[in-house]
Amino acid sequence: MLQNSWLIPLFPLLSFVLLLIFRKSKSEGTAWIGVLLTGLSLILSIGVWIAVWQGDGIKVEGTWFEIGERAITMGYEINPLNALMLVIVSLVSFLVHLYSKGYMHGDERFPVFFAYLGLFSFAMLGLVLSPNLLQLYMFWELVGLGSFLLIGFYYFKPEAKAAAKKAFVMTRIGDVGLFIGMVLLFWQVGSFEYDEIFASVRNGDISSGMLTLTALCIFVGAIGKSGQLPLHTWLPDAMEGPTPVSALIHAATMVAAGVYLVAAMYPLFQASETALTVVAIVGGVTAIFAASIGLMQKDIKRVLAYSTVSQLGYMMLALGASGYVAGIFHLTTHAFFKALLFLAAGSVIHAVHTQNIEEMGGLWKKLRLTGPLFLIGALAISGVPLLSGFFSKDEILASTYADGRYGLFWLAVVAAFMTAFYMFRLFFLVFTGKPRGDQSGVHESPSVMTLPMLVLGVLAIVAGYLNTAWFGTFLTDYLAGGPVELAHGDHHGPSWIPIVATAASLLGIGLAYLIYQKGTLSRNWITRSLPGLSNVIYNKWYVDEGYDATFVKGTKGLSKLGVLFDKYIVDGLVAAVVSGVQGLSKVGSSLQNGQVQTYGTFAIFGIVILLLIVALTGGYFT
Amino acid sequence: MSSIPLAAYLLLALILFCIGLFGALTKRNAVIVLISIELMLNAVNINLVAFAKYSINPGLTGQIFSLFTITVAAAEAAVGLAILIALYRNRQTVNVDEMDSMKR
Repeated sequence: MLQNSWLIPLFPLLSFVLLLIFRKSKSEGTAWIGVLLTGLSLILSIGVWIAVWQGDGIKVEGTWFEIGERAITMGYEINPLNALMLVIVSLVSFLVHLYSKGYMHGDERFPVFFAYLGLFSFAMLGLVLSPNLLQLYMFWELVGLGSFLLIGFYYFKPEAKAAAKKAFVMTRIGDVGLFIGMVLLFWQVGSFEYDEIFASVRNGDISSGMLTLTALCIFVGAIGKSGQLPLHTWLPDAMEGPTPVSALIHAATMVAAGVYLVAAMYPLFQASETALTVVAIVGGVTAIFAASIGLMQKDIKRVLAYSTVSQLGYMMLALGASGYVAGIFHLTTHAFFKALLFLAAGSVIHAVHTQNIEEMGGLWKKLRLTGPLFLIGALAISGVPLLSGFFSKDEILASTYADGRYGLFWLAVVAAFMTAFYMFRLFFLVFTGKPRGDQSGVHESPSVMTLPMLVLGVLAIVAGYLNTAWFGTFLTDYLAGGPVELAHGDHHGPSWIPIVATAASLLGIGLAYLIYQKGTLSRNWITRSLPGLSNVIYNKWYVDEGYDATFVKGTKGLSKLGVLFDKYIVDGLVAAVVSGVQGLSKVGSSLQNGQVQTYGTFAIFGIVILLLIVALTGGYFT
Repeated sequence: MSSIPLAAYLLLALILFCIGLFGALTKRNAVIVLISIELMLNAVNINLVAFAKYSINPGLTGQIFSLFTITVAAAEAAVGLAILIALYRNRQTVNVDEMDSMKR
């Protein structure tokens, strides 16, 4: 099974190529090409995963080219971490393909959409399979391209176009960091191979300052892809893309690539205490920062987007707090419940044709399947006991506490409270109460859309039992087979942590219930009591405006200066030379007046000067 | 012989040449320009004769040479005047300023 794992990314690539050929086709049967081929990838991935679960692993490499003594290799590698990622990516990709068949029904560029999905899946699976940083970087950029194409799929909408550009530019800022880190590692180690990098980290071949620097540079790449502070602004805007895309790329896979990168390079981070602290702080601050913005957004997808940013912050926090397993665990569960939430949100949008939650309401009775599934997702992300989110979030909190980062621990608890609050604000506003908009033609989505949601709903409940203190720590044992040395000792902090976490989430749900369902508390009491703060939060902490005022305006100012320099200094120099030559030629041509006497005068002057020179120097120019 | 030194002859030739040059370059009337050129030629003749008499080995070569120069100058003046008349017939003027056809 493992020898054939290189086929996994090739199926979506084949789908991409085939669908490009059939891109003019009007038939919506073309979707089955994509569904079928990603289904094959999924089957193969599960086979690989089972093999790895039994303790197998493989690494196949061939020399790509050589620079002097150093060989640059290409190949594929299967270890516990990336086998798990393979399953997550191919599963979500398969389900999203299926779902899109219903969601994109009637779109003019139907096959093109599936072609892009195939390209993205290819890139993401290739990224996960890469055994070295260079190969990872190539797929990393391909993933960015896939994301760009899919966000800008509705290219005739100016917002979508702007969002696609923004996503590309913002992630590119991170990519530069990753590239610098990669080059620094190559300089230090002489190889892009993970194994060799880790070996020299273990042997202490790299100075500690350089370790921290490279780890931080690589983390900058992760910040860009995973939408962490301060490069998070592209992710909410990316919601301009079709909703299945948001579920696939901006919830489950691409944004998780940053977390995956940190996890894959974890031995490097482990070697530097500073790097881990930075990762933890960025993650923790992002978690609460994005959660606070999610409290007040009015667009259903944007709430989910900020929630994604916040949850990715959780994963980073876990990784930074030495909670390797907790981070991966949350990545897995989050992929399922967030994809579920996005698909459910897509189903709602499909039904009511608006994204503004103020225009929804009372949909519970109309969407008999979507409603409960959304509720499952919301319960899971809020960390209600017995659902997947509870276990993974609990583990993150425990490892943060065990790592002695108490400040970040309480930050994460508050973020958990906020998460529960905004998720149920969303739930109550969308599904309960009275309809606040025209809901005449509302009906449940077709089964091709509800089926993937059902699968994800089941997974959102049971995925948490992969790693629990009660039934067994399967995931921990599984990941222990990987290249990362897990810190032994208990990550299970004091027993009051699950209680605090549960209390925080129930409190959030209860508050949302009181405000948005019962109406006991006025919806505006926070807004009224703290107008300044709520205004800042409503405007997303003015981050976009801040970037606009500093970087965008700064760049524009600089370019204006450049224009002035070009216009007056460069062009001015040229103009000066031109007018100088022209003036000289005018003087010259005015001497040529055609009169012999003038010529004669100059000839005489010439002779006089020559004679003077001869007379003064006493010879011919000696 | 006389006690007039060589320098006096040369000075006279110099003055004559400069007057001729000045006339040739500044006068507007073409006839006067021709006359000025004759003056310059004659300044040269004075030099030739003076050196023939006062040089380290005196002889007749310089004097004979000046005879030739006078002859050539006469021929040249004849040709010059002929051109001038032809020009006058064409353009009805002897003003040098108006003769700028070299520029066109």
